[in-house]
Amino acid sequence: MAAIFQGVGAAAALSSLPSNSFDSKNFLFSPRRSFSVRKAPSFVVVRSDGTMNLDLNPKGRRAQQFIANAVTTKEDSSAASSFSKPGNELLLFEALREGLEEEMERDPRVCVMGEDVGHYGGSYKVTKGLAKKFGDLRVLDTPIAENSFTGMGIGAAMTGLRPVVEGMNMGFLLLAFNQISNNCGMLHYTSGGQFTIPIVIRGPGGVGRQLGAEHSQRLESYFQSIPGIQMVACSTPYNAKGLMKAAIRSENPVILFEHVLLYNLKERIPDEDYICNLEEAEMVRPGEHVTILTYSRMRYHVMQAAKTLVNKGYDPEVIDIRSLKPFDLYTIGNSVKKTHRVLIVEECMRTGGIGASLTAAITENFHDYLDAPIICLSSQDVPTPYAGTLEEWTVVQPAQIVAAVEQLCQ
Amino acid sequence: MSLSHHHLNTNILPTLSATIPTPFPLVFSAPIVSFLSFIFYSPLSLPSSPPIFSPFPSSLPTRKKMATAFSPSKFAAQPFPLNTTSQNNPLTIPTTASPFLGSTRKLIRLSSSSNLNIRRRSGTVVAVSDVVKENKSKSTLNLLITKEEGLELYEDMVLGRAFEDMCAQMYYRGKMFGFVHLYNGQEAISTGFIKLLKQQDSVVSTYRDHVHALSKGVSARAVMSELFGKTTGCCRGQGGSMHMFSREHNVLGGFAFIGEGIPVATGAAFTSKYKREVLKEADCDHVTLAFFGDGTCNNGQFFECLNMAALWKLPIVFVVENNLWAIGMSHLRATSDPQIYKKGPAFGMPGVHVNGMDVLKVREVAKEAIGRARRGEGPTLVECETYRFRGHSLADPDELRDPAEKAHYAARDPITALKKYLIENSLASEADLKAIDKKIDEVVEEAVEFADESPVPPRSQLLENVFADPKGFGIGPDGQYRCEDPKFTEGTAQV
Repeated sequence: MAAIFQGVGAAAALSSLPSNSFDSKNFLFSPRRSFSVRKAPSFVVVRSDGTMNLDLNPKGRRAQQFIANAVTTKEDSSAASSFSKPGNELLLFEALREGLEEEMERDPRVCVMGEDVGHYGGSYKVTKGLAKKFGDLRVLDTPIAENSFTGMGIGAAMTGLRPVVEGMNMGFLLLAFNQISNNCGMLHYTSGGQFTIPIVIRGPGGVGRQLGAEHSQRLESYFQSIPGIQMVACSTPYNAKGLMKAAIRSENPVILFEHVLLYNLKERIPDEDYICNLEEAEMVRPGEHVTILTYSRMRYHVMQAAKTLVNKGYDPEVIDIRSLKPFDLYTIGNSVKKTHRVLIVEECMRTGGIGASLTAAITENFHDYLDAPIICLSSQDVPTPYAGTLEEWTVVQPAQIVAAVEQLCQ
Repeated sequence: MSLSHHHLNTNILPTLSATIPTPFPLVFSAPIVSFLSFIFYSPLSLPSSPPIFSPFPSSLPTRKKMATAFSPSKFAAQPFPLNTTSQNNPLTIPTTASPFLGSTRKLIRLSSSSNLNIRRRSGTVVAVSDVVKENKSKSTLNLLITKEEGLELYEDMVLGRAFEDMCAQMYYRGKMFGFVHLYNGQEAISTGFIKLLKQQDSVVSTYRDHVHALSKGVSARAVMSELFGKTTGCCRGQGGSMHMFSREHNVLGGFAFIGEGIPVATGAAFTSKYKREVLKEADCDHVTLAFFGDGTCNNGQFFECLNMAALWKLPIVFVVENNLWAIGMSHLRATSDPQIYKKGPAFGMPGVHVNGMDVLKVREVAKEAIGRARRGEGPTLVECETYRFRGHSLADPDELRDPAEKAHYAARDPITALKKYLIENSLASEADLKAIDKKIDEVVEEAVEFADESPVPPRSQLLENVFADPKGFGIGPDGQYRCEDPKFTEGTAQV
């Protein structure tokens, strides 16, 4: 099943993402305190060479999703799909909407607030049709007052609702920084645990197609220090829906980062109810030589570079970290211990970005396992220029990734 | 207010008065008259002044007839200022029916009756003129409160005062630290409003929140322990003076930055509306009160929330505790149009000005405003003129404020006024009130003892309550969730 990747120029990254054997996707949390008993599902790994392994996680505590390597265009997904019921094929924004809709049906306290989410259907159509279905109060069109309606969402969350606040563009949430940092992150603590804030704040961010500096911001680096919040970034329709649902069900405030250029990704996702664990990373392509950590749109640049690398004889292991705060140091650590080389590819700025934090975390925890210094490829520390050529050079391109891997593996 | 302005900023006066646009030129030039208005006005003279506003004459309840405390005859050209704009024409704000609500809201019809002498702020309640016309007759028989109510109000105000005084003592003895903002002098607002609420109604406050919490029902022990930073405090010692929360009593904080509580209050009101209309809990009529100061009224969040609350007719009352000073910034120096209540109609809600040193007046206004919200008629902006007897915080030397101004307001102490009212109207005797005083002293003493004896938070509490679901700390290198790490519960884990 080829994922049709639209909108990233001619060099479309073909990463086919077969439906995962989703009987392993029983990540439905046991209630808060008693998570010591986790299922150890057995699932099938379809490897790039077409062989299949039955992989039981030895610890029996966590399941890892293995998406079969599909940098090659081999239709090995057919093998995987025979293990799953036919899902439905949809685009990423539709997956988000499906997740949101299902959660709104499931729990009447879930509501959406944001600019143009109601009658307009959302500036990226994530909430299309929801206002008609659920009414104007559940899908609330707000005036242009980010700070206040985010605060309103927080107040509503404290008093029993489960709002999903949409920033039309993540950059606009800079105006809501006061509420996100002071109230969203801190009120559970300063109230001594009396009030929970089960809010989801989501929106598209990242560098788009010549959108200009203010509309091309990566807020994950600004928000990452705020205590009390979780941040996740989705990258495929599958994990978009899963993360959306998990975020809504979570009792913690969660910021879900979507990417402007990924909304038209197509994938076949399962019909069944599933969620993606908020704290776990996703193994995109297992490998041996080097660990490449990435998230959001850069995943596709990495997968494209991986094609080239495979042809050159390298075997990169690609992990989509997905959880930007906190980091899944288990998945990452296991990978580092296996490959001993780490490359981080991100869209954040060089200074103080997610990559910077990740570099520090890996160095702190896995220093002994590293054979080479960590290379972190980030966007340039410049306001994103309008000109297409300049914009291209601010973000990391596959050629740079290939070069970095070659350098690492010397 | 103009009094202080006059004394303090004489060198600025000429410039200002030249540049102040109508309708406000005369405030600064007529301080004497305003001062007189304060003097002639005796706070709780009976019967109290006419009610309040009622923008919809039809909803004017069968009010007791009350006369003005100072009838217009005392001030020659002193009709009641209206909560209107400066124009002399009746303004009918066009209805902007929000399609979302599907209803046509009738907004305030601004009346033009008499000369709109809005240049002066009187000490009385602002009333829409329709209402004013009705209530000229004097009546000496109708009291505003019963004995029980009177004693309840008195006790609450005395508790607030005694508690805050004790806080000051404890602070200077080194039992509490940081920023502590005391409420002395403003008790009438807290008592006047919050004592009308039910338990399920919510209160949102600022950093000057001890007394709001006490009025809402949080025990003095819990608040004092919180101030001492003990684990028995209402927020387990994690919040402190500026973060008084109580789930049980629906006190939603306690916010350190001004203005950031107002959206939270708007959200609580939104939940109330949502519960009624979406979740179909038909009897959900919870009201939210948002308290904040004059400085906050220049902040964007204030205006944004006024807009949203009026737009969706949220059951909320915005209570401005205008004590004229934002630390050292006089309200007049910071605000282009210092009449905050006028900003309500700009957003489509009634704006009322009330004498915040008079608990009975505040209570009357509060009844109307809370009633409006409960009936689903939308928000109200209430500006309470008040004063804080102490500095902004215990660290504030309070040198800027004019002693004469302080003395003037000290003479209008709300507790003294209520006491006088109760005694003069034979609602209570001196002995009753003394008994209450004594009782409150004991309560406060006991609270201090309790706080003193309570344990400080153990190290294990450090990492608790950061997340509602502690899995949010993530998965550690060993594959376990960090919160499962035993060091986590000890508070020594590195997260």
